[in-house]
Amino acid sequence: MTWEPVIGLEIHVQLKTRTKMFCRCPVGFGAGENTQTCPVCLGFPGALPVPNRTAIEWTLKLGLALGCEIAPRAVFARKNYFYPDLPKGYQISQYDLPSCIDGKVIVPLKDRDHAVGIVRAHLEEDAAKTVHVGGRTGRIGGADYSLVDYNRGGTPLVEIVTAPDIHSADEAKTFLQLLRQTIVELGISDAEMEKGTLRVDANVSVRPAGSDELRTRCEIKNMNSFTFIARGIEAEVARQIEVWESGGEVEQHTYDYDAATGALTPRRAKEEADDYRYFPEPDLVPLEPPAELVERLRAGLPELPAARIAALAAELDHERAVVLVTGGLDGLWREAVAAGAEPLAAANVVANAVVGAGVDPGAVPAAELAKLVAARERIPRSAFDEAISKLAEPGFSAEPYLAQEAVSDAAALEPVVAAVLAANAAQVEAYRNGKEGLLGFFVGQVMKETKGQADPRVVNELVRTKLAG
Amino acid sequence: MAISREQVLHVAKLARLDLREEEVARLTDELGAILDAVSRVAELDLSDVPPTSHPLDLVNAWAEDEPHTPLAVDDALANAPAREDDLFRVPPTV
Amino acid sequence: MIDTLRLTAEEAMGLLERREVSAAELHTAYLDAIEARGAELHAYLRVVDECDGTSVPIALKDVISTKGVETTAGSRILGGYVPVFDSTVAARCKAAGLPLIGKTNTDEFAMGSSTENSAFGPSRNPWDPSRVPGGSGGGTAAAVSGGLAPWGLGSDTGGSIKQPSALCGNVGLRPTYGTVSRYGIVAFASSLDQVGPVAKTVRDVALLYSIVAGRDPADSTTVELPEPVEVPAAEDLRGVRIGIPSQVAGLGAIEPGVRSAFERALELAQELGAEVGECDLPLSFDYGMACYYLIAPAEASSNLARYDGVRYGPRAEGATYVETVECTRDEGFGDEPKRRIMLGTYALSAGYYDAYYGQAQKVRTLLVREHRDALAAYDMLATPTSPTVAFPVGDKAADPLAMYACDLLTIPSCLAGLPGLNVPCGLSEGLPVGLQLIGAQFGENALFRAGHALERALGFDPVPERLRT
Ligand SMILES: [Mg+2]
Ligand SMILES: [Zn+2]
Repeated sequence: MTWEPVIGLEIHVQLKTRTKMFCRCPVGFGAGENTQTCPVCLGFPGALPVPNRTAIEWTLKLGLALGCEIAPRAVFARKNYFYPDLPKGYQISQYDLPSCIDGKVIVPLKDRDHAVGIVRAHLEEDAAKTVHVGGRTGRIGGADYSLVDYNRGGTPLVEIVTAPDIHSADEAKTFLQLLRQTIVELGISDAEMEKGTLRVDANVSVRPAGSDELRTRCEIKNMNSFTFIARGIEAEVARQIEVWESGGEVEQHTYDYDAATGALTPRRAKEEADDYRYFPEPDLVPLEPPAELVERLRAGLPELPAARIAALAAELDHERAVVLVTGGLDGLWREAVAAGAEPLAAANVVANAVVGAGVDPGAVPAAELAKLVAARERIPRSAFDEAISKLAEPGFSAEPYLAQEAVSDAAALEPVVAAVLAANAAQVEAYRNGKEGLLGFFVGQVMKETKGQADPRVVNELVRTKLAG
Repeated sequence: MAISREQVLHVAKLARLDLREEEVARLTDELGAILDAVSRVAELDLSDVPPTSHPLDLVNAWAEDEPHTPLAVDDALANAPAREDDLFRVPPTV
Repeated sequence: MIDTLRLTAEEAMGLLERREVSAAELHTAYLDAIEARGAELHAYLRVVDECDGTSVPIALKDVISTKGVETTAGSRILGGYVPVFDSTVAARCKAAGLPLIGKTNTDEFAMGSSTENSAFGPSRNPWDPSRVPGGSGGGTAAAVSGGLAPWGLGSDTGGSIKQPSALCGNVGLRPTYGTVSRYGIVAFASSLDQVGPVAKTVRDVALLYSIVAGRDPADSTTVELPEPVEVPAAEDLRGVRIGIPSQVAGLGAIEPGVRSAFERALELAQELGAEVGECDLPLSFDYGMACYYLIAPAEASSNLARYDGVRYGPRAEGATYVETVECTRDEGFGDEPKRRIMLGTYALSAGYYDAYYGQAQKVRTLLVREHRDALAAYDMLATPTSPTVAFPVGDKAADPLAMYACDLLTIPSCLAGLPGLNVPCGLSEGLPVGLQLIGAQFGENALFRAGHALERALGFDPVPERLRT
């Protein structure tokens, strides 16, 4: 029988406000240990929380971008549990009355639009950082002792919970790329998984394709890149199918994904798990965002990536649309095309060359880029690459590069081609036995020999005829 | 009895209290008596009464996102039972 | 020679203004009194020898954080804890020039009605040292009536200012919830805790209230006073309507001597022109205690979670973090905090929340309404503050419920967030009896006016008989 994965995501986004959620300690990476703390975020006796207005507004902004309803009344609650990185013995988090509920994100897929429900987006405070020392250093298991740095403690986090509407690792990846780009464009977070400002947990289960039952799900944590998330999900899906098909029962559990080995290692069940004794935080009062605030935020929303992908897919194709938009490159592409560049070529140059050269798309003069796109096959590859790499430099002009011509004189190139083929007899043999994919290899060698000066179109032709002959 | 010994032990675990045996016994009795006394709130039918978590009807208390000067690191750690460099030192979490 | 037993704060300010004494001399006079009677009364946990201020010295309950001065809340678990910041009320006293004379004894975490729950031993009643001064603010009350401080600040959750004031013959105000900052007050139950003044006269209490009251940006649950504090001068009660809950009459717990002193005070009030009538608070008397002993412990169980031996306080070192926390808390907390932590944890735990904490919150709604209705017909309500006079040390120590019953009359208005003023109204068996005046929300000025007029007419001598010379 065929199985359908059922996936829900839990995403934590660290907001880039200037100060923490409930105190006015500065937030920022790389400050000295415990130098960004105060009585509030250290949980000293008598200290009291005061919410960060900007964090609240940004949460509403994100909620609106995710198509959520903004709750007329949101309430902070206390989630009670003990851990050294939790200075008060409870985390302040929205619980039964979150700020944003019932949203929907349309994920444009290759063949269709796919709707992913947003159950809630709520505001909470981040935990501090605990380092485990000794034993297997860094790992909790068998550490000699732990050290706590409260700088990160109390940083504002938005937790987004999706409905189990995702049915493949790829859908999950595309959804997350879209969400990340949306967050970045709203300017509320860097949303970088490597830095931990974007964290994703996946709840995974499988069911017989076609059925709508919900079987036992497992949670996967610790996946610190979109690729690993996709792999982690695939691994867990495979594991569960294996279990069901071998007549077993999937048991609810939490796994850590080990990027290095690709292995899923079960977490030891937390003691007295999940009796957090939530109750309304009596040190805070409810949030009732004024209608005019919500409307101002709604009106201020930019055109969102999902909509732009849909539009772009019609002009180009789905893959390129996704790459350009989730890469934040579609703006540059439009300008380049407006400046006369051929759309498909422009898309390839922007998505490959510009990104490859690590150039800031925002700083690129579109008109100059358009000229390079048009000339990319006429001028030497080396000149083209150099030009692209300098695109973002102040006052960049394409002219000097456009003046250069690739060597397209067959007579001049033939000896080089001959030499290359002679030097790679084995590959030539292979090619003649049908390994036509090697063509690119030979062309590459020739380009190398000519230091990128040769016209690839001519070289291509020469190589093909020589090999045929 | 309104609360069992097992419940007392479970609650003590939640509250992170390593109760001594005589405490468990005494608390089982005392909590039982107190719970009997307070359980009377259940007598009332309050299905249509909203809860009050605050005697003051106040909303939207918040502050602008303007940094204040944090504590000096030595003040932050002044009362720490165990310190290593500028960090709070605690026994291993497992 | 300064008679600290009789000197009011107002008179002391007069002496300072007229340069008849210096702040330092005044401070020394109280140090001498502490030298003489301190050991017997054990009102202070810590005395401050140097005079850091230009005005009248003040005693602060040991739940009030004072920068650089040990603050223990009467608990071993905060032994040696020296705050690195001032509570807002301590800062406001400093700004007003009031030098700190000492930190007064309290039941551990303000949980109790006799100071017998202090980890550092009980305080004694200046009227009869074999008896308790009440609690939890028994230290402040004993200091003021024993002439060891002209005035002081206490904290009141269910009666911890009003009840000890009654038992020691002081004037004490529990202000409207939200008028005095809780920032830096070691928390017991956040939705109930209020800081308030204790002194020999209503005018002193009004004066001190005017110094500490008003919105604090560091406490999200504070508000600006709707009207400025008036130091009262009224001599009569013309036009003042006082409501007496009909339930008081049938209350067997009220001692005859207390009842007759209470009734004499009411007759006097009528002679001064007050209209005295009957009102109804049936639910408050039937369910107030139950409601309080669910809500307060629930909040306390969470507020006391931060005492884990990680950031401050003594630590009982264990092999693991969990062991350390469990031992630290078992050794650090006394019996009463443990009882309430257990009770509150249970009331919030899965499966019991709705029946206990949730239900108590709904009862609280009814108590708020009941008081609002009663205060629609009357300017203020009156009851005895304590059903009994000061009881012998040890009398109730073994019986939690008997101890809880001390606050029978003070608790309901606390749940409703209303102000309550204790005014001494005579003696029974040679011990002070207190009259409780309950005002409407922000009705402090009305309480001050009525209290002042009654105080004048009653002519109560605040100096304990045995100490009079
Ligand atoms: Mg969360
Ligand atoms: Zn802070």
